[in-house]
Amino acid sequence: MPEADDLDLEAAHRGSINPVSTLEPTDTAQVVEHEPLTMRQQRARLGIGGKLAIAWLAFVTLAAVLAPVLPLDDPNQSVTSIVRQGPGTDGHLLGGDALGRDILSRMVWGGRASLLLAFSSVLLGLVVGGMFGLVAGYLRGRTDRVLTVGFDTLLSFPQIILAVTLVTVFASQQGTSTTRRMVVLILSLGVVSIPVLARITRANTLMWSEREFVQAARAMGARTTSIMVREVLPNVLPAMFSIALLGVAVVIVAEGGLSILGVGVLLPTPSWGNVLAEGRADLRAAPHIVLIPTVVIFLTVLSLNYLGDIVRARFDVRESAL
Amino acid sequence: MHASADEFPRAGRGLLDVSDLRTQFRTPRGVVTAVDGVSLSLQRGRTLGLVGESGCGKSVLSRSIMGLLPPTATRTGEITFQGERLDLLGDDAMRSYWGVQVSMVFQDPMTSLNPVMKIGRQILEPLEVHTDLDKAAARETAVNLLRSVHIPEPERRLKQYPHELSGGMRQRVVIAIALACGPQLVFADEPTTALDVTVQAQILDLLDEQQRERDMAMVLVSHDLGVVAGRTHEIAVMYAGQIVEIAPTTTLFSEVRMPYTEALLKAVPRLENASHSRLQVIGGRPPDLASPPPGCRFAPRCPYAQARCHTEMPPLVEADTPGHFYRCWFPVGTDAGREALERNVAAKVPQAEAAVTGQLTVEAG
Amino acid sequence: MAGTGTAHLRSADDVLLRVEHLVVDFPSAGGQKVSAVADLSLDVAEGETLGLVGESGCGKSTAARAIMQLPAPTSGTVLFEGRELTAMRGEQLRKLRPRLQIVFQDPISSLNPRRRVADIVGAPLKVWKQGNDAERRARVDEALETVGLDPSVARDKRPHEFSGGQCQRISIARALVLEPKVVICDEPVSALDVSVQAQILNLLEDLKQQYGLTLIFITHDLAVVKNVSDRVAVMYLGKLCEVADPDRLYAAPAHPYSAALLSAIPVPDPSVRASASGLVPGDLPSPLAPPSGCRFRTRCPRAEERCALEQPQVREVADGQFVACHFPLVGDVAPPADAEVAEATVS
Ligand SMILES: Nc1ncnc2c1ncn2[C@@H]1O[C@H](COP(=O)(O)OP(=O)(O)OP(=O)(O)O)[C@@H](O)[C@H]1O
Ligand SMILES: Nc1ncnc2c1ncn2[C@@H]1O[C@H](COP(=O)(O)OP(=O)(O)O)[C@@H](O)[C@H]1O
Ligand code: SF4
Ligand code: SF4
Ligand SMILES: [Mg+2]
Ligand SMILES: [Mg+2]
Repeated sequence: MPEADDLDLEAAHRGSINPVSTLEPTDTAQVVEHEPLTMRQQRARLGIGGKLAIAWLAFVTLAAVLAPVLPLDDPNQSVTSIVRQGPGTDGHLLGGDALGRDILSRMVWGGRASLLLAFSSVLLGLVVGGMFGLVAGYLRGRTDRVLTVGFDTLLSFPQIILAVTLVTVFASQQGTSTTRRMVVLILSLGVVSIPVLARITRANTLMWSEREFVQAARAMGARTTSIMVREVLPNVLPAMFSIALLGVAVVIVAEGGLSILGVGVLLPTPSWGNVLAEGRADLRAAPHIVLIPTVVIFLTVLSLNYLGDIVRARFDVRESAL
Repeated sequence: MHASADEFPRAGRGLLDVSDLRTQFRTPRGVVTAVDGVSLSLQRGRTLGLVGESGCGKSVLSRSIMGLLPPTATRTGEITFQGERLDLLGDDAMRSYWGVQVSMVFQDPMTSLNPVMKIGRQILEPLEVHTDLDKAAARETAVNLLRSVHIPEPERRLKQYPHELSGGMRQRVVIAIALACGPQLVFADEPTTALDVTVQAQILDLLDEQQRERDMAMVLVSHDLGVVAGRTHEIAVMYAGQIVEIAPTTTLFSEVRMPYTEALLKAVPRLENASHSRLQVIGGRPPDLASPPPGCRFAPRCPYAQARCHTEMPPLVEADTPGHFYRCWFPVGTDAGREALERNVAAKVPQAEAAVTGQLTVEAG
Repeated sequence: MAGTGTAHLRSADDVLLRVEHLVVDFPSAGGQKVSAVADLSLDVAEGETLGLVGESGCGKSTAARAIMQLPAPTSGTVLFEGRELTAMRGEQLRKLRPRLQIVFQDPISSLNPRRRVADIVGAPLKVWKQGNDAERRARVDEALETVGLDPSVARDKRPHEFSGGQCQRISIARALVLEPKVVICDEPVSALDVSVQAQILNLLEDLKQQYGLTLIFITHDLAVVKNVSDRVAVMYLGKLCEVADPDRLYAAPAHPYSAALLSAIPVPDPSVRASASGLVPGDLPSPLAPPSGCRFRTRCPRAEERCALEQPQVREVADGQFVACHFPLVGDVAPPADAEVAEATVS
């Protein structure tokens, strides 16, 4: 072990990654208190980036929620004077699109659709996938094998194609309502996120179920469901949430992709994805139509990823402090 | 406030001389002084035992001497090794010492070996970096090293990965690597804590044997006084970053002066005692090193503590036996100590009662 | 054991817990099986402390869990208060759980980090719907007080705010709150500093007096086990080596492995140099392919050919001292048992 790097690595191992070796007599409370700031803890701190991320997400969400009461133009009303006009024209802050609709208004209302879709489908994945993952990870054995085959099968479908197929089959006929399209989109993107969340939940459940407090709960005679819900789940939730945040980001991007393929949120109801998709035709003449939703999606996805990292790091810190 | 080097007249230039070593960490809670004014010296061929409860600074002390501290640490004091001031050297200069002159055996052989590198590679690496042996000679040396740490079939082991060996074997490999370049000084930081009793005895014997054969100096860190008792020339007891008692091994056990050492000795169940005999307990826990108590650091837990202990830090003073130093106002085995304990028992001071009865009253939590 | 047999068991009427021929195998890669516990028999009388010692990996924890039916053993019977746990299923077993509790080695991992101390200690009462909120609260406070924690301070904290020793106290409080008959302590002090270890050992001793508890105390530390036990069982690689009362075992171990363990203990006395002579060479063999006959034979200084062929049976070599060894250090050479040779070579 003469190499400095090796030694430092070893120190890092003992110091932060695995501070509570079961073999080493440690007064844990002391160890925890004296633990230096690890890289992870530094990541776990909100910092300026984290604050910006939260601010942006709060801003976008608030705007989407308050869309009906905000002093905005009708997102579907055409005003010929702002057709393909850039930001600022005639008091329209973000300009107009190819049909002369106010882009600011379409972005705010579009955020409503995009975020609703993203959060709902991930929530669906979180609930269904989380439940299956928890059951598979805790019960193991046959249940686990069967469920794992299920998750793997779902995962092996190319996800966008799966979603496109589902939407085409169930919500592309003439006269399909916006609501129906929305519900089918939520379900099909939810189905896609189920196996991902299920696997994360399962992996974490496996790990936590090994802990002796779970054994202790069994030894005291607690019932299986109550152990899963009361002992295991609270410990697995942070990991699930951090992945779910990334999932929301993925769905927002996916909706953009689906819109480009013509199976996104049903027009004329705006969404970030279909504003972007419609704008592609005028990329040369009016690049701002594409640019605005791109930037909004980019910032949102970035913030979600960032926040997901922070959630995970927080969770890890607590983990390693235990 | 620090009793330090000047009061600790350790004469002579040893192989290693440490004087007034202080290591601090910057933490969110303030500055933690993990090693606080430690002085010691070590001669060639001698073994120093370093004992104390978890978190009292044993590992940090070893790492400070080796110069293996994280960037959040600051170190002051003098470290002289073979006449060279190690504390003045940077990492680059230290590199020529690490593994060559001074090396370290860690507690957990699983984390101190690289799991994805064959044993052979891990032993050959230091040999190739630090010696000018050619390939065949280096290999030969590696095989001999493994043989000297009593690993059967050394040639075959070179091609194995760490996980293919048992814990005891792995620790032998770690020792072989530490010894590869013939260091003058070896730090063994709880080398057997992760091992079983029978294997522990084997590993301690091995370290002993190698130390004797190679005439090295060794620092054997342990939280178990039993481990160091039969295998060291001298023992230093650490508490809250300070050396609170240091003495030749036999003296320490026969003439304990520091109440903390006494408490450590009495807390372990002894084989010669009958079953169900009560153990002496030490209430509370070691102080927070970010804000240690102003007087004697052991005062809040000490059965002997008097008013003076809470305000004045006792200096390290020499006992009757040369080479025996301790830090205490009311030392064990002296009249002052006996009176202090009696006074505390009479006054029903909880620590004193605990020491006498083994009963601990309700803790604050 | 390195051996098998039930000669050391007392009459079923005199004991509270009786374990017979306990076997636990774990499936392993490639269709092999890990023989973690192989034909282990033990018993514990009411109010007694049975110490179970052996090196890590010898199957102590596995045996403990199998006794608790967490999970149930591969085969063997566990009789508790005359009832056969191994024959029970589901609800029946669950109803019995409060009477048989366990305290784990790792004080941190055995407490749910996200729950408060009052919830952790009160959980068993909730599970069993005992008392109303106020009564439960009172019992939790009482349990915390019993283990030496101040309830008003401890109640609302979470485990990470406590030291290892304090966490172990909380685990003990949780095990005691249902007033169990038997508590299995699986290395409850191995992860603790010596000073804290003494506190926990004294605490367990007090609780035993106070509640008339029966303890199974698992540890790899012979000095600790001597301190707490009324009877000690030494295990090696899933089998039993020796059962005796501690004073006898420590004065005159009969099994070569017990002797080796004893001589390997580091003694805090510089005049006693660990004697290299008594040491056994080598490491624990893999439980995937345990040696034939006596499992200790690969490291045993007294091993002879017979040891590889014939599995030693537990027998009494001195008053209350039982050993599974052909050539014990106390008593006579085991009489030949031809009938069993064939069987033993297979196992
Ligand atoms: N990198 C660090 N940053 C901040 N504090 C540290 C760091 N490393 C150690 N400490 C603190 O320094 C003190 C001494 O730690 P050290 O690891 O030397 O204890 P030890 O005596 O070796 O204990 P153990 O017996 O558990 O190995 C502890 O309070 C510890 O929390
Ligand atoms: N879940 C498991 N799967 C496979 N092997 C196991 C499992 N649990 C324990 N073992 C094996 O069983 C043996 C006994 O383990 P254990 O009872 O934990 O030992 P001890 O408590 O005496 O240290 C070991 O070889 C261990 O690796
Ligand atoms: S008697 Fe006083 S000085 Fe000595 S150890 Fe106790 S508290 Fe410290
Ligand atoms: S003498 Fe034989 S039977 Fe006895 S322990 Fe040794 S190998 Fe086993
Ligand atoms: Mg250490
Ligand atoms: Mg165990």
